[in-house]
Amino acid sequence: MRYKVRHSTEYYYGESVPLCHNLIHMSLRQTARQQLSSSELTITPLPSARHDFVDFFGNPTTWVCLQEPHDGLRVEAQSEVQVDVPAPADTPQTPWNDFAERLATDTSLYAQKEFTFASRLVELSRELAEYARPSFPPGRPLLACIEELTRRIYEEFFFDSSATTINTPVLEVLEHRRGVCQDFAHLEIGCLRSLGLAARYVSGYFATMPPPGQARIAGADRSHAWMSAYIPELGWVDFDPSKGTSVTDKHITIGWARDYEDVSPLRGVLVGGRRHSMIIGVDVEPLEPLVEGDDQRSGD
Amino acid sequence: MAELYVPRLATQDEMTSPDGSVRPHWKQFVGMLDELGRDELRSRWDMARRLIRENGITHNIYDNPDGFSRPWNLDLLPLLLPVSQWQQVSDGLVQRARLLNALLADVYGPATSLARGVIPAELIYANRGFLRPCHGHRPPLGQWLHLYAADLVRCPDGSFQVLSDRTQNPSGSGYSLENRIILSRVLPSMFEECGVLRLAPFFIAMRQTLAALAPANRENPSIVLLTPGPYNETYFEHAYLARYLGYTLVQGQDLTVRDCRVYLKTLGSLQRVDVILRRVDDNFCDPLELYSQSFLGVPGLLQAIREGTVAVANAMGSGVLQAPAFLPFLPSLCRHFLDEELMLPSVQTWWCGDRESLAYVLNDLARLVIKPALPTRGTDPVFGHELSRSDLDALAAKIQAQPYAYVAQEPVESFMAPVLLNGDVQSRRFVVRAYLAAVDDSYTVMPGALTRVTDAPDSFVVSLQRGGGSKDTWILGQGPVSEVSLLAPASAPVVLSRGGSDLPSRVADDLFWLGRYVQRAEAVVRLARCVFNRLTDPHALENPQAMQVLIDELLIHGDSLPATAPEIAAVMFAAADPSGLRRATNEFHTLARVLRDRISVDAWRILEAIERQTADSNNELRQVEEDQIDKVLDRFNQFMTGFLAFGGMAADSMTRGLSWRFLDMGLRLERGIGVAELIRALLAEEHAEERFLLDALLETADSSLTYRRRYLTQLEPAAVVDLLVADETNPRSIAYQLAGIEEHLARLPRESTHPQCNRDQQQALQLRTTLRLTDVAAICTPMHGRRDRLELFLSEVAEQLELISKLVSQMFFNHAAVSPHLLGSEKAY
Repeated sequence: MRYKVRHSTEYYYGESVPLCHNLIHMSLRQTARQQLSSSELTITPLPSARHDFVDFFGNPTTWVCLQEPHDGLRVEAQSEVQVDVPAPADTPQTPWNDFAERLATDTSLYAQKEFTFASRLVELSRELAEYARPSFPPGRPLLACIEELTRRIYEEFFFDSSATTINTPVLEVLEHRRGVCQDFAHLEIGCLRSLGLAARYVSGYFATMPPPGQARIAGADRSHAWMSAYIPELGWVDFDPSKGTSVTDKHITIGWARDYEDVSPLRGVLVGGRRHSMIIGVDVEPLEPLVEGDDQRSGD
Repeated sequence: MAELYVPRLATQDEMTSPDGSVRPHWKQFVGMLDELGRDELRSRWDMARRLIRENGITHNIYDNPDGFSRPWNLDLLPLLLPVSQWQQVSDGLVQRARLLNALLADVYGPATSLARGVIPAELIYANRGFLRPCHGHRPPLGQWLHLYAADLVRCPDGSFQVLSDRTQNPSGSGYSLENRIILSRVLPSMFEECGVLRLAPFFIAMRQTLAALAPANRENPSIVLLTPGPYNETYFEHAYLARYLGYTLVQGQDLTVRDCRVYLKTLGSLQRVDVILRRVDDNFCDPLELYSQSFLGVPGLLQAIREGTVAVANAMGSGVLQAPAFLPFLPSLCRHFLDEELMLPSVQTWWCGDRESLAYVLNDLARLVIKPALPTRGTDPVFGHELSRSDLDALAAKIQAQPYAYVAQEPVESFMAPVLLNGDVQSRRFVVRAYLAAVDDSYTVMPGALTRVTDAPDSFVVSLQRGGGSKDTWILGQGPVSEVSLLAPASAPVVLSRGGSDLPSRVADDLFWLGRYVQRAEAVVRLARCVFNRLTDPHALENPQAMQVLIDELLIHGDSLPATAPEIAAVMFAAADPSGLRRATNEFHTLARVLRDRISVDAWRILEAIERQTADSNNELRQVEEDQIDKVLDRFNQFMTGFLAFGGMAADSMTRGLSWRFLDMGLRLERGIGVAELIRALLAEEHAEERFLLDALLETADSSLTYRRRYLTQLEPAAVVDLLVADETNPRSIAYQLAGIEEHLARLPRESTHPQCNRDQQQALQLRTTLRLTDVAAICTPMHGRRDRLELFLSEVAEQLELISKLVSQMFFNHAAVSPHLLGSEKAY
């Protein structure tokens, strides 16, 4: 599936800002199932300094500095991308508890093990492990366990954009059973890590279908997030707890890391402009007809 | 002293052999102490304590209302170590530092230690000290660990072991320097005769290492010491080291990153910074890429480091190795990286993430010392032997829930060292902190150390936070010791520089307010002295109404009017009273502390003494009897002597650079405002006892002599006001202050030097014109018992002076005061 993705973030400061530094994670990452034919990040006003590099997790990252007084900032990422459906594979049979044990003891899995520890936005806890436990009977293959957990989160939690903020702890999401995709991704990551498994956060977009008979409204999309789990024999496999399924060719990846904080689209430190406003515009335009999928829930 | 001291026999002692004899390397020292005798020793100890107080050597205790700037606790007895023994330790320390440097380069680079399984993933990836944004950095010369310290304990067999490694930004080398300076003054002959190795060569090496980090082709690099600020535990040391090493002491807000370069914000311009010696933990150094809630650092710093335009010591990310979990892996890491055996062992440490170690630890929990394996905030070690059965079970459960987060260490039956306490010698456990600095591709060890002792004979925890003390550490050389000192460089080439505009804006701001606060306190003292002079004067009883006017001006009182002298004294010295002196002195004292590296030692002593006398007065003079008023007066006279000394020093001993200008401008503005308000308070209303008030006014404004010389005994309001307001030749008049302020304003660095372009200068000019054109005699003429015109005139003068103060703040300090903050983030839905 081919897409044209536009993501713009605009800040209005209400007063002149003499100095502002930003760290941007908005350019798409090239992956095994995602080929970029173009990718461009535009910053207005033109920054005094700009550096494009790859961060610790391999994500494209841009550092910019604006040091002339300015009263607003616009960052726009535009790319054309080909996304494939993940290739079907044999269903691996390794029991989840065998793999958790291997992760704990096999030093050659050090790179995967990084994603088994708590991170700032994903604390580990017994409550999370207990929530996940019914889907993880000893001996059941890991893949089946995660599929079931993903489905359960989808069924048992409510989408509610007013229930959480960026800093809402995962345990609070578990308690109130409400949140948005970012919360559900963190929740599932926390569940897996609390069981000793490796899970990481994926930042990206989801291509939505307009209601039947209506035209697509440009700019009405939003950022999306899901998670990825390490499965022996398969490697990293993505699951989307806000859809209840594994990912499809409608999931477009920006990048991945331990949690949201590592890959938040735009981070900034500025002098002045304390009361700023932000406008986000995301537009995921399919360049070929989208096939009706199972994205039943609207709004997320 | 030998006979005063009976070490606890259960453990080994530094000074005494098990058979009770003095160890050979202590003999000379102990002999000299015995010669001094007990009384002399006590007086030397008092002298040391006085030096510590006068030099303001302090450290801050957290979470304690009295913990701010606690005097430093130094024991008169140094720890003595023969150079042969120290050399052995040094060799081991150098190897350890090389190993840790190699490990840092690996952890932030190819990570072979992880890939080959030499260390488990937990040590890095579960470690908050591992800063992912620093991965891939290439610090200059391959040096990650420029400064390293190790805490050492001595084992029963006499060998040293490492209790912990300090790789973040090791503290204490400045305190050990200060310890040395004090002991060499208090025990000069012993210090000379024992052949103690000097510390200065170490600091010279450290300075060379830091200078070599500057980006290429930067001669005479600019190096700053980055401190978290005066509330940090070891702020005194930061200021002290900055001055000693010749670096500018800065806080994060003094620096800014532009064009990927780091600059110091000074009054004149932005000045390039080449090297940052950081005493801020690495994770707090750049809110953009590291811990976003901390503004102790500089946004954008990491990119400047990546670009190689600035070097930071220690390199960012070095704190990762401070985790005790590394200790058990050092022997195999040493083979992996250096192909050598580890020479200086660590105290036996078990990492619970290893299953066999975990089983051992759980089995022996009651005997071991349990610590967090990875950096966590504020967790003390737990001593198994101090725990009850149920506490042990709870601890075991905690460890089992997250084994990798804990290590256990074998308790060390460490040596005891003699300490002198109130004239008695006692023994304490101790830890020696040794310091190393990178030199080329190896390290040099400071020949000396900071030795810290426990606070009680049976205590195992060495913590300055908990009240333990410190010792100087003497490495006893065998030959003559060469004289090297950084304090008085004899032949070092001096780089000439003239009081330029390299004054950080924040410092200018602080100096300005130091001037204002000192003057404010002086004004309170002057008026108080005037009031107390009259309280003891029978003549005053004949002018009760006028007396009340004075007291009203001195005190901001609540419900009940203090009327008697003891009552007024009580208010003046009360800690919390808004009209008291304490508040005024506290304010300047706080600023003086921040400015430690900017004001002279003498200036600091004067202000410190006033502050201390005020605090003492709170205890001594709050409850005085009617007949002890003389004592209060004496105290005020002492204060005045202090203020005059400070003023004299500012006038005579400070170079006429920007520091002086801002300090003096603050003094003058405050003085002008004070005079205007005092005249207004005393003369706005016409009094029957006016002569009494005019006399008090002249005394408080320090102009009695001048007045009498001109007008003899004739006291006329208009003449008094003219002398205090408009007479440009009277150094206490408002006009005189203004003339000085105008002169300062004209000399400040600005884009346009034309007075018409600058509002502050315009304002000053306008005020001077007003003062010159005002008909003083006319406005002093009372109408219906009031001088409304005088009152209006004086409030306008005070307001305009405040306006000048505000304009100076806006034009010169503003960018220092603006703190950065975070941009709101976008959420994913």
